[in-house]
Amino acid sequence: MNSHFRPVGGPILTGTFLVSAAVFLVSVLILIWRFIAGLGPTTAMNDLYPWGIWITYDVVVGTALACGGYAVALLCYVLNKGKYHHLIRPAILTSALGYSLAGVSVIIDLGRYWNVWKVPLLWNWNRNSILLEVAICIMTYVVVLWIELAPAFIEKWEEDAPWQWLRKLSLKIHPWLNKILIPLLALGILLPTMHQSSLGSMMLIAMHKLHKLWHTPMLPLLFLLSCIVMGYAAVVFETALADKVFKLPRETKLLAPLSIAMVVVLFAFLVVRMGDLALRGRLGLIFRFDFYSFMFLLEIALFVIPAVLLMFRRFRYNPGVEFMCAMMMMTAGLLYRFDAFLVGFKPAPNSAYFPSIPEMFVTLGLVGFEVMAYLFIVKLFPILGGATHAAPRTGLGGVSVPASGG
Amino acid sequence: MEKEEERDTLLRRLESRGVTRRDFLRVCSIAAAAVGLPPWTVAKMAEAATLKSRPSVIWLHFQECTGCTETLLRTSHPALSELLLNLISLDYHETLFAAAGANAEDALRQAMRKNSGKYVLVVEGSIPTKDNGAFCKVGGKTAMEIIREVAPEAGAIIAIGSCASWGGVASADPNPTGATGVPQLLRTADYAPILKGKPIVSLPGCPPNPYNLLGTVLQYATLGTLPALDALGRPMFAYARTIHEDCPRRPHFDAGRFVEKFGDPNHRMGYCLYKTGCKGPKTLASCSQQHFAEVVGAWPVGIGHPCIGCTEQSVAFRLPLHATVEIDRPTPPDTFAPIHADRGWVSPAATGVAGLVAGALAGAGLVAARKLGKDAAKGEGEEKEEGK
Amino acid sequence: MSVTRRSVLKGMAAAAATSVTGVPKALARERKKPPAGAVGMLYDATRCIGCKACMVKCKEANNLPPDPGGKMGAIYDAPDDLTGYTKNVIKLYREGDKISYMKAQCMHCVDPACVSVCMIGAFKKDKQGIVSYDPGMCVGCRYCMMACPFNVPKYQWDVAFPKIVKCEMCRERLAEGKLPACVEACPREAVIFGKLENLKADARKRLAAEPGRYFPKVYGETDGGGTQVLYLSAAGIPFEKLGLPDIGDQPLPELSETLQHAVYQGFVAPVVLYGALGLVIYRNRKRQSSEEEGDK
Repeated sequence: MNSHFRPVGGPILTGTFLVSAAVFLVSVLILIWRFIAGLGPTTAMNDLYPWGIWITYDVVVGTALACGGYAVALLCYVLNKGKYHHLIRPAILTSALGYSLAGVSVIIDLGRYWNVWKVPLLWNWNRNSILLEVAICIMTYVVVLWIELAPAFIEKWEEDAPWQWLRKLSLKIHPWLNKILIPLLALGILLPTMHQSSLGSMMLIAMHKLHKLWHTPMLPLLFLLSCIVMGYAAVVFETALADKVFKLPRETKLLAPLSIAMVVVLFAFLVVRMGDLALRGRLGLIFRFDFYSFMFLLEIALFVIPAVLLMFRRFRYNPGVEFMCAMMMMTAGLLYRFDAFLVGFKPAPNSAYFPSIPEMFVTLGLVGFEVMAYLFIVKLFPILGGATHAAPRTGLGGVSVPASGG
Repeated sequence: MEKEEERDTLLRRLESRGVTRRDFLRVCSIAAAAVGLPPWTVAKMAEAATLKSRPSVIWLHFQECTGCTETLLRTSHPALSELLLNLISLDYHETLFAAAGANAEDALRQAMRKNSGKYVLVVEGSIPTKDNGAFCKVGGKTAMEIIREVAPEAGAIIAIGSCASWGGVASADPNPTGATGVPQLLRTADYAPILKGKPIVSLPGCPPNPYNLLGTVLQYATLGTLPALDALGRPMFAYARTIHEDCPRRPHFDAGRFVEKFGDPNHRMGYCLYKTGCKGPKTLASCSQQHFAEVVGAWPVGIGHPCIGCTEQSVAFRLPLHATVEIDRPTPPDTFAPIHADRGWVSPAATGVAGLVAGALAGAGLVAARKLGKDAAKGEGEEKEEGK
Repeated sequence: MSVTRRSVLKGMAAAAATSVTGVPKALARERKKPPAGAVGMLYDATRCIGCKACMVKCKEANNLPPDPGGKMGAIYDAPDDLTGYTKNVIKLYREGDKISYMKAQCMHCVDPACVSVCMIGAFKKDKQGIVSYDPGMCVGCRYCMMACPFNVPKYQWDVAFPKIVKCEMCRERLAEGKLPACVEACPREAVIFGKLENLKADARKRLAAEPGRYFPKVYGETDGGGTQVLYLSAAGIPFEKLGLPDIGDQPLPELSETLQHAVYQGFVAPVVLYGALGLVIYRNRKRQSSEEEGDK
């Protein structure tokens, strides 16, 4: 049992919480309207753009930003970098929340949602459908994430539960959790690898409807690489924010070596991206300077700038620059996904899509709920603050991390 | 110069029947409107009626059913047929004449002599050409011979009905009599000298709409000119448009409502007859606008039978009655779906909101980044202090 | 071979490389052929007169309501495209003096994208090759709409309980021995129904008999892997002008299914990866705990 994780404590109803709650409430009202009136009046989706931001942002981008858990798990459990272990819990929390909200977004986006219980039934499966694989994978992964996060709740409830039965239950479950740990963790790495790449594969079928700058058999690989980038960036972003907001010791020196990993993956992404375009003879499209080429250049810039900046040690160790690079990488991944699903998607002439204001509000509201849930949970449960007091491990770069004041 | 009292004017004849000048003018304006002549022609009509002699008309019958004559008489408004028959001087008409035999022949020769070069020759019926035209003889002479005699001295020639215009039903395959229309015959080498640039007006139809003849004659009698003709010699005021263009059932065609079988509910509803073989789209005639017998709806489509294209040589008696035809000169209305319909739009309001949100997030991020940088610098400074 | 971190990473790289370099022929997906009893329709744009009888009959036979909303200048029931209430539409192509009509409805592809992507099989291709829709299995995810190269499946955006809507070649009427409604309604036999092979032969015959009348191609013979609704266009009017895209001969699902199966065939790769991950994690944790023991 790791006693260094602790609830942050403090009042729940802070300004941030209340603002998020307000936006969330508005979006609930909009959703009621959506379920009564249909998707048409509430969103700007149409017959030629049947997927809007509820799929593209909430599911495709949202789950990628929620890949922090995946990224840290890869780091800790596969690459065996134990010193990042304390980042696991907050990362898993954001992952769990992010993926759960992606699931909610799917339900509200589905037109015939009452049939969704038929999807997990094996005998209905069309195994050619990439969306099926994504759906089953994500459904399973959500469960895995919450189970992986369970120790945080169980630790708290073992000592201090609002009800006796909860305390007893927690005591009973705890040893059982330890038993299934390794299979669970392996799943927690396998599943995102599968579905994050498949999210890219989903656009393979679009063929001629997707602009040549984005349609390629490399889509699954590119989505996987960019999701790893986004996952790491999200962890850096959230760690820096959480440390600042909750006045926890700064972890710049710890996160700095992570940036090297990010640079490697970023360059891998760029090499595959540009190499693929070159091999297919599509580089010329970049220099057409039409709308598509501008979006492409913006996307690539957002990948290249952090990749270059973080090659320099002084930028890696500069929290401001590190934070900005994290934001750029998250935006780059977001833009790449938006481009592949929406911007580069042109099914027919005279077709257009831009989300409607209610549609955007729902997305914001769901993110707001995520913020509310995150704040609530970190304040009440031992998620943050797990930086170890033990002798430091030497990580990449040979710098020992001084024990920070408890 | 004829003495005024001797001039056999229309007005005089009408007055002798108790028709006042006022009545006469009223009927003239109705007649002029019916055939589309402008209002100022009414005054001219009155003038012609008072001053001019009535033009002489010689009406020949060949291979015909007399339907064209009958259609003329079957106008239910007596004044108009009467007007017609009084507007002209019908100097020879085998059906309407009381005289017969040699007397009739004499009347013809007299009329020809009296009005030489001025009479209007109206021909009803086709002219057989096989076996030297033996299939049609009147008074021992073949139709070809009669034409040879009467046509040269005519002022204008009107071929009334499809038979006279292009051969009509008698010319249907295998055309055993070699039936041909008047214009076709008179334009052959043999007859060209007779024609000598005389205008030939064709008024096809089986039967033709009587108003087509009425309009032509009215104009000729009043203004001395013939109406504008198309390449086949048909007056444009009646033969410039297809039945399909002005058909009252056109909305049903456009909306896809068709009669499938005679007597079915759609037939009772008066839907479009295209699928039953209506030749309207290929037939130039005025029937859809100017119905017969002055009764609205008294025309084939109006009573529920598809048009058989009786004015057109390539259609009538050639195409099967119930075979559908291609649409000539398709001019689809703009109410068809485009190949790529408009879908979706970029709302300026939504773009604005999105821009604001994105800007706010980016701004917040920059502020946070800068703060973190400052804190780091401060922190490092503190550490350096401590380190000292 | 002991499972090390290195071997896991190697394995992952290999999987990635497979998708990069293409799939060995053994895994390549065979191109589908039309089923033995394949039926279809042949639409000859040069024979169509734009009467829209087919649109009227289709609505009637399928119990479809008039299109709400009056898109084109608020004319009653005048859809400007296939919609959630219109399974068959006549479109007009007009450019200068050139005019052609175009009948748009489901193409009943030989290897349909919609069937490939539908999660729990709401879209199925039957033994006659007709692509049918089962609302009972549909969750309304609209992936079919994203996938279809002809943008055929449409959605009912304005109702609380929507369906996907598309032509199903009047399969209930076919079962009763009748013709599809649009075919029955057409006064000019511009659209005809029959066995796919016969229709292909008929189309080729028309091209051979009147080459000056037609654009020299039968659309749907091989396009997108072949469709069971074939098209003939007038001379001088290429199919793109009628809204039929140039999608080549590759069936739509070929790329996505080949890549997907290359990795997931028999679920072998995921299981192997899972096993490898499990082993690596186990070893790492053992190593860590022994190091911690050593520290104490």
